[in-house]
Amino acid sequence: MKAKLIYEISLSLLMARWKQTLVAAIGVTFSITMFIALLSFMSGLNDLLDGLILNRTAHIRLYNEIKSTENQPITLYSKNSKQHNFISSVKPNNQLPQIHNSAAIINALKKDARVLGVAPKILAPIFYNVSSINLAGIVNGIDAEEENKLFSFQDYVVEGNYMNLKNIPNSIILGKGAAETMLVNPGDIIQITTSNGDQVQLKVVGIFQSGILEIDKAQSYTSIATAQKLLGESNNYITDIQIKLNDILLSPIVAKEYQQLYDVDAIDIQTANSQFETGSSIRTIISYSVGITLLIVAGFGIYNILNMMIYEKMDSIAILKATGFSGIDVKWIFIAIALTIGIVGGLLGLLFGFGLSALIGHLPFETASLPTVKTYPINYNPAFYMIGAAFSIVTTYFAGYFPARKASKIDPVIIIRGK
Amino acid sequence: MNKAVLEAIHITKYFQDPVRVQVLKDIEFSLIEGEFASVIGKSGCGKSTLLYILSTMDTDYEGDLKIDGVSMLQKKEVELAQVRNEKIGFVFQFHYLLNEFTVLKNVMLPGEKAGKFSKNEIESKAYEKLKILGIEKEALKKPNQLSGGEKQRVAIARALINDPIIIMGDEPTGNLDKKNSEIVFDIFKELAEVYHQALLIVTHDIEFAAKTHRIIEMEDGRIINKSVLPTKPIGNTG
Repeated sequence: MKAKLIYEISLSLLMARWKQTLVAAIGVTFSITMFIALLSFMSGLNDLLDGLILNRTAHIRLYNEIKSTENQPITLYSKNSKQHNFISSVKPNNQLPQIHNSAAIINALKKDARVLGVAPKILAPIFYNVSSINLAGIVNGIDAEEENKLFSFQDYVVEGNYMNLKNIPNSIILGKGAAETMLVNPGDIIQITTSNGDQVQLKVVGIFQSGILEIDKAQSYTSIATAQKLLGESNNYITDIQIKLNDILLSPIVAKEYQQLYDVDAIDIQTANSQFETGSSIRTIISYSVGITLLIVAGFGIYNILNMMIYEKMDSIAILKATGFSGIDVKWIFIAIALTIGIVGGLLGLLFGFGLSALIGHLPFETASLPTVKTYPINYNPAFYMIGAAFSIVTTYFAGYFPARKASKIDPVIIIRGK
Repeated sequence: MNKAVLEAIHITKYFQDPVRVQVLKDIEFSLIEGEFASVIGKSGCGKSTLLYILSTMDTDYEGDLKIDGVSMLQKKEVELAQVRNEKIGFVFQFHYLLNEFTVLKNVMLPGEKAGKFSKNEIESKAYEKLKILGIEKEALKKPNQLSGGEKQRVAIARALINDPIIIMGDEPTGNLDKKNSEIVFDIFKELAEVYHQALLIVTHDIEFAAKTHRIIEMEDGRIINKSVLPTKPIGNTG
């Protein structure tokens, strides 16, 4: 009853100055609209850029680095004697960068509950033969199905079908840059030279475009079996095991664990790509601070309008107090005015913000480096709307609180006697 | 029956700014039900200051004030607001009506604040009060569409809405012409004699004061005469 009365009074005061009220509400609407649109767009862009790396990078990569052994034979020999060994010209021993016992490791990994998926890979350096010129390149032997499951491989295959890699023997998917240099299309046969010096003919079954020019120029994909054949290795030869986890944040810990458990080298995504986290968080900070600045400016607008209203309505405040409204009642009348502006302006802002981000989300955005992206990326995260709503209410409450406190302290005697 | 509705006990007040000046000196008097009293005195004698202390709006004084037998000394701001709401009706020199609301709503506001009746009951009470003052036809107009005399009558209706035990007026006829002053006086008189309403009116209109039941005369912050005029009986029932 009492709250209803107070709200009724504030609404009438508000309607009496509806033009200024409208301007104040538009201020809030505008700032919330921009806040939502800015954050949705920025965050969409962040996700896109992160996705560029994250989607095609394994959370953990197991491999065997070619390096000299830490324990040279001499250290075993001189274990208990007090002597220092100086060895010069240490060489790594004669072994291939393969993961030993890869099949067993893959089976064990697949049983680990933390692991989302496992994809084996073989890296083989090759030369593409274009007439008499040799171009250096790297061929990745992959399991097409697993690769697609973990890294959305088909998104990057712009021509041909990725599954042909599995279905057609001796096939290859070339990078777009390499294909252009060699002037080949799917269906053509190319010739490559392996690191052993063998020349092999492969059928082009597709073209892929990763968006990173250097990769597209040099890299190509083939099946695991073909890669093993190219290298002249047996069918248990694997150089890399790529792992995706259910929780990406666990990767540093799990990487360490696997390194010890399987006696291989392991690198996690955070260590490998630490610069992306920094970029994302800075972009987020910038968009939040711009949004919040807009809101605070809108808050000052409300503060000004309420202050003016209080000077105008001194008489009304005085008579309300004389007829039995307490200071607290008067304070709530003005806070209710501010909150009404905030809630109405904020709600409209959320709607317009959604509209604006949807509009941006439909603008064409075509770039050669991102073949799968056709429009500007937008992240419709409900959290932004929550923050926007909460912030519009909090700012307007404070913008209203100080003028309202002033109004509550008005001494009716001074106003009435002053007449 | 004749119980005191308002008692001023040794009320003393100083103005601190710019120098300490005593404006009220040991004011002591009481007002009983149905009494129509006027406070007169020259400008600056402290009569308005006294009225605002008696109205509980000014709390910076020494001495004690009892309204309806209850001391106001220990009360908080919210409680004093409630006392003003329920027990005191005000009429000022200026009408102080809110132009955003209709006449009816203006009268209803203090009633709704008190919250003792439903909205419909308050509305019918407001009509009743407007009828007493003869302006029920203007109920749905906005205050700025009324004449000065009518506005002042609306202000009186607003003062009456919660059936206060006392009506206080600060020069209520100060802005009115002779004809309207007489109308207002007649209304006050009717309230006192028919409805046994206690009234305390500050005025410098000697003619107006002379017609009231009792004249309290002030000079230099003191009451110099608080006689009850013998010609007028107080409360002719009971």
